[in-house]
Parts: sequence; structure tokens; C-alpha cells
Amino acid sequence: MKRAGKLLAGMVVFAGLVACGEKPQTLGVNKSDISAYQGAQNQFVAPGWKVGDKTSWEQGLKTRAKNSQNEYSKTN
Amino acid sequence: MARMKFVCDAERCIECNGCVTACKNEHEVPWGVNRRRVVTLNDGVPGEKSISVACMHCSDAPCMAVCPVNCFYRTDEGVVLHDKDICIGCGYCSYACPFGAPQFPTNGAFGLRGKMDKCTFCAGGPEVNGSQAEFEKYGRNRLAEGKLPSCAEMCSTKALLAGDGDVVADIFRNRVVQRGKGAEVWGWGTAYGSKQAGQPSAGAKS
Repeated sequence: MKRAGKLLAGMVVFAGLVACGEKPQTLGVNKSDISAYQGAQNQFVAPGWKVGDKTSWEQGLKTRAKNSQNEYSKTN
Repeated sequence: MARMKFVCDAERCIECNGCVTACKNEHEVPWGVNRRRVVTLNDGVPGEKSISVACMHCSDAPCMAVCPVNCFYRTDEGVVLHDKDICIGCGYCSYACPFGAPQFPTNGAFGLRGKMDKCTFCAGGPEVNGSQAEFEKYGRNRLAEGKLPSCAEMCSTKALLAGDGDVVADIFRNRVVQRGKGAEVWGWGTAYGSKQAGQPSAGAKS
């Protein structure tokens, strides 16, 4: 009887420890992306803007969009 | 800068699929995956309309909301991207997306479903900008090269516009004001010439 009590107590302690040792299941954090204005590490970077300068990059894209996608600015 | 956006002008799209081809070529997209495609409504009927569809980089993206492993993220420019190292290929995003943007490469006889692939607005992924690793997983990173998406830049009729939302809106607004909108921009008169063709009708123009 005494032995069974000890066994039971041991099982309760073991169950408690297992619960404490449970691994966290939270989601991993996304990898942060490098901003586009930091430039690409290849030889295809378009000229006309300064790598690392956000304002320059934004202005370059705006100019490119207006020149390449708005033919009215050329014809009218 | 405003958010990066696509807009497709249904009055200009001629269903040439140049955007689809440009995208596949630029990113070396595998067989069976179409990041962009052209959808035609009332095909073969006079007045049919085509639009080019891909990921619309939603402001409140449903794919992002349903992803069980949180593999999506949004860049400062509003481009919705995902991390293929985290993606488990479950397909929830495919069911959530109203545009059918998420694609799943299949290979092998039993159609193994791989990691999700979709339009990146030519902005690559989490890897180093312009690196080989980024190219192999996500394709070219044209934004980091100071360029706009290949599909829009290759569009022969400039139906597909891409870029800063404010700039795109300005281009489209100017276009609509110049040409008019509605029935007068399509039909016999516009195609073969008439006094009214291409002229904004009196009033009722926004």
C-alpha cells in the first residue's frame, strides 16, 4: 500500500515536470527583407539613381514610370 | 511614396499575353506555374474585354490572414511577399485569394505540391537583393535594380500599369480624360475613324 502511494506520487511529479518541460509552439518570426532602395548585388542595376538613397530610388522609379508608361506626355 | 500597385486598362488590353510571357521569361517560372495570366470576358463577342491578372498586393491581404505558418510579409512599399523557407504548401492562401494568384508547382507523376509561388511585383524575397539564391526561389528583384515590374514595362499597349499608386493613378486619370470613357472608346468609329472617335464627348467626364 505504501509502495503504491509512492508510485502514485512519483507519477504525479513526473506528469507535472513533463508539463513544465513542454516546448513553446509559437510561430517563428519572419525574416526581415532588405529594402529595395539598398540596391541589388548584380550588374543589372539601372543608372540614374543613388544606391542606398531612398528618395533618389523613389524619384528614379517615378521618372521611369512616367517616361515608360505615359505616352501622352510624349505626344501631347 | 504611396503603395506599389498594378492597374490594367481593359480598354487597351488586346490579350496578347505579352505580360505573361515577360513574367515567365524574367523569373524563369517553372512549367505549370503562371504568376500572371490574361482573363477575357465575353470572349468572341463584340465588346469583349481582357484584363491581365496577378497578385494585387492587397492592403488587407486574405492570403496573409489565413496562412497558418505566417510566411507572408509586406514591404515598406506595400508589396506582399512570402518566405518559401517557412511556407508548407498547404494551399490555404490559394482558397482565400479572390484573384487565384497563389500557384503551386507540380512535378512528378503524382502531382507533388510544392511551395507556393506568386507574383512578387518583381521584388524578390527575403534573401539578399539580386543574389543567386533570391533569383532561384523568387526570380529577379527588379525593384532593387531601380526598375518596374517586367510585365508592365513590356506591355505593348501600356494597358498594364505598375508602380507608385499615385503615379499610376495620374497616368490613368490623364488617359481617361484625354480619350473619354465608356462606349465611345470602342467600336467602329474608334477603329476606323470618325469625327467623334477619340474626342471627349461634351460633359460627363471625370
